[in-house]
Amino acid sequence: MNRVFKFSFMSVVYSFLYLPMIVLIVYSFNNSTYSLGWKGVTLSWYNELFSDFSLWEVALNSLTVAGISATFATALGSMSAVAFYRYSFRGKDFLYGLIYILIMAPEIVMGISFLILFVSLNIPLGFFTLLLAHITFCLPFVVVTVYSRMTGFDRNIIEAAKDLGASEFECFRLVILPLLMPGVVAGWLLSFTLSMDDVIISFFVTGPEFEILPLKIYSLVRMGVKPEINALCTILFGFTLAVVMIAQMLLKEKK
Amino acid sequence: MNRDGLFKRVSVNAIALWLVLFVLAPSVLVLASSLLTRGDAQLVRAPLTFENYRRIVDPLYLDIFLSSFYLAALSTLICLMVGYPFAYLLARTSPRYRRNLLLMVVIPFWTSSLVRTYAMIIILKTKGLLNSLLLWAGVIHEPLTILYTDAAVFVGLVYSLLPFMVLPIYASVEKLDSRLMEAARDLGASRAATFVRVVIPLTMPGIIAGSMLVFLPALGMFYIPDLLGGAKTLLIGNLIKNQFLSARDWPFGSAASVVLTLVMAVMLLVYYKSVRATRRQEPA
Amino acid sequence: MLLPMSDTIIELRSVSKSFGSLMALKNVELRVERGKFVTLLGPSGCGKTTLLRLLAGFDTPTSGEIFINGRSMASLPPEKRPVNTVFQSYALFPHMTVFDNVAFGPKLKGLGRKEMERQALEALEMVNLVDLAGRRPNQLSGGQQQRVAIARAVVNKPLVLLLDEPLNALDYKLRKAMQIELKQLQRKLGITFIFVTHDQEEALSMSNQVVVMNHGCIEQVGEPREIYESPRNLFVARFVGEINVLDAEVLSSNGGGVLEVALEGRKMKLHKTSNGHKANGWKAFGPGDRVHVLVRPEDLRVYRREDIEPEDASDFFPATVEEAIYKGATVDLIVSLASGGRLSASQFFNEDDDQLEFYRGEQVFLDWVQGWEVVLPHES
Repeated sequence: MNRVFKFSFMSVVYSFLYLPMIVLIVYSFNNSTYSLGWKGVTLSWYNELFSDFSLWEVALNSLTVAGISATFATALGSMSAVAFYRYSFRGKDFLYGLIYILIMAPEIVMGISFLILFVSLNIPLGFFTLLLAHITFCLPFVVVTVYSRMTGFDRNIIEAAKDLGASEFECFRLVILPLLMPGVVAGWLLSFTLSMDDVIISFFVTGPEFEILPLKIYSLVRMGVKPEINALCTILFGFTLAVVMIAQMLLKEKK
Repeated sequence: MNRDGLFKRVSVNAIALWLVLFVLAPSVLVLASSLLTRGDAQLVRAPLTFENYRRIVDPLYLDIFLSSFYLAALSTLICLMVGYPFAYLLARTSPRYRRNLLLMVVIPFWTSSLVRTYAMIIILKTKGLLNSLLLWAGVIHEPLTILYTDAAVFVGLVYSLLPFMVLPIYASVEKLDSRLMEAARDLGASRAATFVRVVIPLTMPGIIAGSMLVFLPALGMFYIPDLLGGAKTLLIGNLIKNQFLSARDWPFGSAASVVLTLVMAVMLLVYYKSVRATRRQEPA
Repeated sequence: MLLPMSDTIIELRSVSKSFGSLMALKNVELRVERGKFVTLLGPSGCGKTTLLRLLAGFDTPTSGEIFINGRSMASLPPEKRPVNTVFQSYALFPHMTVFDNVAFGPKLKGLGRKEMERQALEALEMVNLVDLAGRRPNQLSGGQQQRVAIARAVVNKPLVLLLDEPLNALDYKLRKAMQIELKQLQRKLGITFIFVTHDQEEALSMSNQVVVMNHGCIEQVGEPREIYESPRNLFVARFVGEINVLDAEVLSSNGGGVLEVALEGRKMKLHKTSNGHKANGWKAFGPGDRVHVLVRPEDLRVYRREDIEPEDASDFFPATVEEAIYKGATVDLIVSLASGGRLSASQFFNEDDDQLEFYRGEQVFLDWVQGWEVVLPHES
């Protein structure tokens, strides 16, 4: 294949991936409510967005859920990754299997199974159920990120630390944790974006009195295209962009 | 090791407890609910029945299942046809640009697909960018109705899921030892033969993983038909959602999602077989 | 035992280790003296690394007991053992500088800052790496990383230093240089080194004592010269250096000094020499016993027809040159005997005879210096 073909093919695919987002961002600054034509730059849609108090509350809800579930999932996931890597124990393959199911299961299936679980346990749908569900679907991403970081370094390193006199705890604090840190932070960031962006699972497990951003956007979008939504989506996109960039930098630092 | 210590006990028990409670238990509950009968006061009740599974093959629902599979399979195929050469070229780009080019695939992978679906509406709507562009170029004289058709759903699925196809294939192509291709050429294989007999089999795990990551969500992403397809029930995802939220027939909804899970299980099995087949060819 | 207990630093009492159904070590008995350079030599999978890991405490024996400095190591975790390890992969902490790597042990001991720094610098000085103390491991060459790994292990002043094929990753020249350096370091520190390798040349040149292992068992323990010159069985003979194996039958034995055998159609008298350790089991051989007669290639002498008197021809083994390989310092010949057996013979160049040109198909005559052969009972 010659270079021209290669270049144009890749450009077309990248345009397909990015053009809609670029259009969205550009139009969020367009000084016109309905028309497609360009009527000059304005920040009024952002202004309107920021003055909408109810939207602030929804955003805060989302940030709270994302922050707590990412933190919890990162703690539990990192611990499990270390345990999976270092120890052999009964039922390990079974737990692996459950994590695989968690990664592969279609979100809609997870959504309804959480719903059935919470209803049969009589837990009212809302903040708490949302949190439990988000922690669960973030978990495998942390496990995989941290685990792959662990496999990246020499297995003998842990033995070397013990050989030089480190206890189990010192070994974890002085050697394992510092080496895992970039993976742990990346895992947290990715969990955070996953939680912030999730629609399908949240759709089933949250109650009417606890609204979060993606579901709010979903209900707004069903009403049609509005410049305020352009602005909101732009902000959310910019946010994800920043978080993913940081996570990628951390993961690349490895070599 | 017999010096297990506190850390091991705490971490293993915590993750085991969590996974059993929030992965195993819900799965069992869905399975159980799919075998029960729809209730009026409660959501489900006895007796045990296979009726819910039988109803799936009712012409009404079978139609939805088949069209959903068709749409998902077609999206997967298109993603593969575009994603494979793209991932292949990406993995063979000079390392100088590769990192940033890859990042440009990773970003949409993590970006909210709802936001991206919304962006697609702006492009596809009757007075949207695509129609304006085509009218301006003189290709068409009347604006096309794309939004709220099956075609729009199809475009939306491909657009949302393409990165999920590209990334696993990229990973398996990058791992591919280029000396194997040189060896094949050296032994007399043409470019095409090398590709078919060496490259494709060795990247098969990536192809299957990518197909799985596209096909399964494509069956379930209910908001894409909702937003782009004009709220017609098109995907199994919409069917399940409706059973749980509007029709309130949980047993039937559960049965539909068990079927979805079975599809996943079959695909996982195929994936493992291909991974093991590829491993065997690699030096230990 | 004539030696007082305190001269034994390591003792293994019938130690076994199995991984599932695989027996990695089978009832190993071993005693190592203080201050020795001991090599564990054997092919991959022979159990030498397993043995090292048991000493370090990374694995625990399935049965048997290990004593270091008279103390049982059972249930003593690696961090509490008076041994340190140099890993094959070096296993340097990638997130620490060279200095911090070396200071890791002293720091954990809770030494004061000054003392810790002094010890770390001293260790770095020993391996000539003080200049690179601030670097990260990934900024060092393989040889430098190797030195850091050694400094990091010896800084803790262990009673025993365990080295797991530490020179494997180095190229040939560096490897030779490090062999000498390690040997000097061991002499200087005076501590016991347990060195694992699969390279017999390395084992012979570095150690005071070689432990040859195969299939989880110790085949022979001895000084390098003893291992090379009087291998106890065919495995040791073949693994340590190249050797020619000839089958023979005992015709008569005088009960000690002389053994008469039938070898390649010739009657031959083998004399027990006073030199060395060669008498294992000679007395046990009786008429009719089948034995192996082993001769090292460099001990075989090769003569041209014109070099020998025709009437003496029956004192030699006639053979045909199949291959002559020029090796620089030697010419290696592959010759075939009348019986069809093949032997290899190394001929050294020397000043008065630079005519070592042999031709394929040439008829030659072989013998060896009486007493340099090894006689072993027949193994099927």
